[in-house]
Parts: sequence; structure tokens; C-alpha cells
Amino acid sequence: MGEVMYIIIVGAGKVGYHLGSLLMAGGHEVMLIEEDRSKVELLSLEFHDAIMQGNGSTVEVLKEAGANRADVVVATTGNDEDNLVICQVVKLMFLRPRTIARVNNPRNEELFAGLGVDASVSATKIINAVIQEQVKAGDMMIPLLTLKEGDVEIVEVELSRSSHIVKKKIKDLSMPPASIFIAVIRGEEIIIPHGETEFQPEDKVLALVKRTSEQALRKML
Amino acid sequence: MKVMIIGCGRVGAVLANRLDEAGHQVVVLDRNQQAFRRLSEKFSGRRIVGNGLVEEYVRPTLQEEADILFAMTDKDNVNLMIVQRVKRNFKLERVVAVVHDSILAGLYKELGVETVCPTDLVIKDLLQTIQER
Repeated sequence: MGEVMYIIIVGAGKVGYHLGSLLMAGGHEVMLIEEDRSKVELLSLEFHDAIMQGNGSTVEVLKEAGANRADVVVATTGNDEDNLVICQVVKLMFLRPRTIARVNNPRNEELFAGLGVDASVSATKIINAVIQEQVKAGDMMIPLLTLKEGDVEIVEVELSRSSHIVKKKIKDLSMPPASIFIAVIRGEEIIIPHGETEFQPEDKVLALVKRTSEQALRKML
Repeated sequence: MKVMIIGCGRVGAVLANRLDEAGHQVVVLDRNQQAFRRLSEKFSGRRIVGNGLVEEYVRPTLQEEADILFAMTDKDNVNLMIVQRVKRNFKLERVVAVVHDSILAGLYKELGVETVCPTDLVIKDLLQTIQER
């Protein structure tokens, strides 16, 4: 673990609560600020002195929470306007902490950055990125093995009917640099490819490729 | 002048009525249709039901060269976010946020955001009343 940090989290909803628990388990000092009294009461069994009641976008409450000595302030409420003001107030009044805002509406991310928030996190964007990644991999290339810390990969691609290389021989293809086909799996058969090997739809092609050429290979297939 | 007022509360509605009476072009936006009942029967400006934090609701008005915007919903943080976005994305002569928290109002003034603080105004008024005795 790195150095111990003091982290203030505003908003004890699901995000704030779990973030607080994780950070505390990691040995950090945490203070949760929550406006809803019943929530504070409920969570105080678990957080003891590490939770307080108040409006975290006011200077008074942030001061009481010790924002002047905090390393990080994270605004995790469900309202973007509150998260923005929390981070701006911290920046203006307390100077020291880095500010991180949860962005509920991904369209606000740019605005937050332009208005001085150090970092923003959008769950919608993250999930979307993961989905895009999955779609791409399922659609095209499945990385089987990475070598040299990810510089070189062995990938598997199942050829669709519309693939550019179907009905073509390897010797007629212009391969991207730093890439080579190492096996073609056709039904039960495994073919060690050579120049005369002709691809068929539904062939599973294994290739060794440098990360830098992955995009080009993806395009070709 | 063309004025946009976001938040048709007790203060917003009266401001809208007055400006309308004085012959200004007024557009009032509120999330709640019922809020427009506070406007006078003679009010001749536009009423838009919508969320001032969502740009689609304010863009049509602000694009047609509005002069002033008042963000005066009952939530300080909403008003502060609205005016900061509008200042970035549109060219208006004045953009004003109503901020009830006196410290917050002062802080944002330092940031170059024009704020009006009803709390400060009431206190000033009350103090004056005492001094006049």
C-alpha cells in the first residue's frame, strides 16, 4: 500500500458508501458527509466517527470535516449540480485537496473539466466503454495469449462470409507488418498454413501479431 | 430587453410580471407547470416547462440574442451550475445567479460569477431598520 491519505467523500449513497468502505479497508482515513439524518444514523454503526451529517457543498461543513488537510475530496451525490459546487468550493477555499466528481449525466463531463474539477468519473461512460470493448472482441479478435507484457499477442478470429480474405490464398495477401498466421482451424482439422493455403468462411485463424499491427490485421480480416 | 428567468417561484414570478409590465420581452422557465399560476393574468411573455440544467430547454431562447439570464430556482447549486454553463456556451450581457448561502455567494463572486444573495439583502434591510429607530 502507498501512503495513507485523508479522503473526504460527500454523499453516502451506494457509490459513496462502498467507496468509503473500500478506502477504509485499504487503511486510509475517511470522512463521509451525508445530509440525510436517517442514512447517517444507519451507517454510523459501521463508520463510527468517520461519518457526519451536513450539507457538503457548504464551507462550514467542509471545514468541520477537515477539508483543509484532506488529500482528496470525492463528490459522489446523485446530483451533478451538487457535485460541481462541492468540488469548486473545495478548490476555492481549501486549495490542498484534489477533487473528483461523479458525473451522473455524461454530457456534463466536459463542463466539469472546464470549471476546474480535477477529475470526473461517469459510470455510464465506463460501462459503455466496457460494452464497446466486448462487442469488438466478440465480433472480431479474441486475444488468446499476450507476450512481452502485451507487446505481442496471439489472437483468434473466426472468419465471417463477408471477410475480405475468404477464398484468397495467403501468398496473395499483403500482410500488415509484424503479423503472421500460425494456424487455421477448420472443423476438426488443424492446418499449419503456407502460401497456398486458401481461407474458407468459418475458419478459425490464429495469428501472432504485434500490438502496433493489431488494428491493421483487424481491418484486413 | 430580452430576459430569461429560470425558476418561477415567488420572487421569479414577480420579477417576470414587473419586467413584462415594463415592456420587456420575458421568457420564464420552470420544471413545474403549476408554478406559472404565480404569473399575473396579464403576463404576455413566454412560459416554458423544462429543466434549466438541460441545455435543450434554454438554447432556443439564448440563441436569439437574449440580454440577461436570471437563474433563480430554490436551489443554490442548480443556479450556480446553470449560470456557469450559460456563460461558457452563450454570449449574454449579464448572467445572474440567486444564491441564498451568503458565503457561497461571496465565493462565486470571486470566481467572476455574478450572484445576488437574498439573505444578505434581508439582513442589510433589517439592520437598516434598526438604525433608523
